[in-house]
Amino acid sequence: MEKQYVYLDHSATTAIHPDVLEAMMPYLTDEYGNPNSLHRYGQRAQRAIEKARRQVAAVLNCSPREIAFTGCGTESDNLAIRGVAFALREKGRHLITTPIEHKAVLQTVKQLEEQFGFEVTYLPVDAYGRVSVDDVANAIRPDTILVSVMYANNEIGTIQPIADIGALCRERGVVFHTDAVQAGGYLPLDVDALNVDLMALSGHKFHAPKGVGVLYVRRRTPWLSTMTGGGQEHGMRSGTQNVAGIVGLGAAIEIAHTDRDAKNARLRAMRDHLVGAILEQVDDVQLTGHPTERLPGHASFVVGNVDADSLLLGLDLEGVAASSGSACSSGAITPSHVLSAIGATKREAMSALRLTLGDDNTEEEVAYAAEVVPRVIQRLRQYART
Amino acid sequence: MTTVPVCDIRDWTQLNVNPAPPNGKRVVVAMSGGVDSSVAALMLHEQGYEVIGVMLRLWAGEQGVVDERTGFVHNRCCTPDAVEDARALCDAIGAPFFLKNLEEPFREAVVEPFIDAYLHGKTPNPCLHCNRTVRFTHLLNIARGLGADYLATGHYARVVKGDDGLYHLYKGVDPQKDQSYVLYSLTQEKLAHLLFPVGHLTKPQVRELARQYGMPLANKPESQEICFIATGDYRQFLRRHAPPGAIKPGPIIHVNGRNLGRHEGLPFYTLGQRRGLGIPWHEPLYVVAKDHARNALIVGPRDALRTETVEIEQVNWILGEPDGPVDIEVRIRYKAPEVPAIVEPLPGDRARVTFPVPQQAVTPGQGLVFYDGDECLGGGLII
Ligand SMILES: Cc1ncc(COP(=O)(O)O)c(C=O)c1O
Repeated sequence: MEKQYVYLDHSATTAIHPDVLEAMMPYLTDEYGNPNSLHRYGQRAQRAIEKARRQVAAVLNCSPREIAFTGCGTESDNLAIRGVAFALREKGRHLITTPIEHKAVLQTVKQLEEQFGFEVTYLPVDAYGRVSVDDVANAIRPDTILVSVMYANNEIGTIQPIADIGALCRERGVVFHTDAVQAGGYLPLDVDALNVDLMALSGHKFHAPKGVGVLYVRRRTPWLSTMTGGGQEHGMRSGTQNVAGIVGLGAAIEIAHTDRDAKNARLRAMRDHLVGAILEQVDDVQLTGHPTERLPGHASFVVGNVDADSLLLGLDLEGVAASSGSACSSGAITPSHVLSAIGATKREAMSALRLTLGDDNTEEEVAYAAEVVPRVIQRLRQYART
Repeated sequence: MTTVPVCDIRDWTQLNVNPAPPNGKRVVVAMSGGVDSSVAALMLHEQGYEVIGVMLRLWAGEQGVVDERTGFVHNRCCTPDAVEDARALCDAIGAPFFLKNLEEPFREAVVEPFIDAYLHGKTPNPCLHCNRTVRFTHLLNIARGLGADYLATGHYARVVKGDDGLYHLYKGVDPQKDQSYVLYSLTQEKLAHLLFPVGHLTKPQVRELARQYGMPLANKPESQEICFIATGDYRQFLRRHAPPGAIKPGPIIHVNGRNLGRHEGLPFYTLGQRRGLGIPWHEPLYVVAKDHARNALIVGPRDALRTETVEIEQVNWILGEPDGPVDIEVRIRYKAPEVPAIVEPLPGDRARVTFPVPQQAVTPGQGLVFYDGDECLGGGLII
């Protein structure tokens, strides 16, 4: 097969969709107004971000006033969690989350625990990384003020029963936040159907640019902003807005949720082909995460007997951009906390391979990857020291 | 020995630097950010190899260099500056660049044996262990696993395939820089997949090439220190890393049996050491042995340092083990001159080395490396 370069790392980030870029261009050039200015430059910028807010609100089935644009998914998670914790600190100091959250959530609750006197319960997860509603029910105490469970996991793709957890929280009078960063481009985001009070999204995961996120806060949720200043975004997130990025996010979320089911079916078919090819051709490889309740383009594995970062280098050299769950910016290999939480050994937790497809992948590309991945693994094993 | 004029090295392609017409052959270059490996990468790139730059991350213990700004602790051999230099060079030639973490094998195969050797009265040379295991086993396997035909490094040594079908390891052409000593453990299988491009050049030529290539790093100082001991103070490193109580003060005993005082711990002394003993005596005293069983430091006159015969272990014969004793030359430490010796292979990868002219301070733990003129024939570790 002819050499290609195939991008299979859509969980890390995605390309800006051409239509998104087109929508943004005016705001990167002539339309440079500050949306908070009174003059017509400002007014046009203001109108642009309000349009984006309506585009997001339409997908989330909420009021535009419940939407704030932020700088990224991490910021949205920070604002959501800290905002509820601070607002309800007199009511209680108990938080519930899962051990498989993104660091944006984990480090935030950890700081609340270590520096601000909160207490955190980490819910158990099963071998697929699923949380059970019963466990949430058992964990809730009179002083519980917030439950935060991610919609879909970035490393293993597993989807959580968010609507059921949300319904339970509502019944028990506990605020419910979900990190929907990975789900944003693929799963229904109707906040009423999902029973969520707060939700975090990140544009760059669904073909908007980097540096723009969404925070949804349901009206009357006890929450205060921890990004204080000029009162932009209805006082939810101060700071002059990233107008072009917000316009891009609005366009991107609309595109992502148009024909969503058909696109997901296509992604799922390609993903299943890839997973099948790898499991069939290579020994000692395991799919991680839930076999069906998972993001449509998401494939993740533990690959035995192969050094994880050599595998990524090898794939890159042969033209497949992949990632592992445990990559760290410093170059030091650390076991994945997600894989550890679902019962993987330390060695397994350091041998993750993640291939995440997007709408811009072709069937031909996936066929190429299905041929390259087994070949690269086998060659590395051939030379690995025993 | 081939001599290459220092003045005109644009023509280095004339040298028989690398084997095989490189038809898009893939080579992993172990980069340090320094001038030698950078020039090696450039030479291979110009010859048409598909170069992949890899820098090893080997050690980030608390002994690493602390970056004042970020608080991060760095391995001396992959500081952010070194990483950026290597990355920039790879960018310039369109080569991919990766940082490869081999901390775990490095700790197991180099740092722990280093500490252990000191605790057993030896003076180890960690570069020998690193080259045998991490660099030319792990990294070589990774390179091969990545589909590379060769691994290249910036060592000053040469590999030549002889008419006998064997790969021969020769000294680098620059006698001042020759590093064949640290490569004695290479085998035929490994040599078949190794390239040392700068071994065919002198250091001034390498610097000149670097200058011609417009590399900003031609004047970097070179470090001779042990890469994982940032401060250069191995005593402090041992104090910190050895198990508590493993290093104990003990007696200093003269070869004539007299007890002369106390030492601070055997690992802190080296064979042949004269200074720092703090013993008044009518003639100069040297450390002549370490008696591990009695935790005693044995001192004596210079004569007592002489050794006529020594055994070595983990012996490697690059061209195959000879049938009986051979009359060759050996180096007993990195920068030592070669001296005549008779080397007799013994079972169990050992050998007995006899010096017609007795040698001073033949130090257990150091490498003893075999030569025949310019050719390195192998070597072993002094027991
Ligand atoms: C589940 C999850 N939450 C949060 C984030 C952080 O998003 P951002 O990169 O926009 O800060 C990510 C991104 O990797 C993610 O996967």
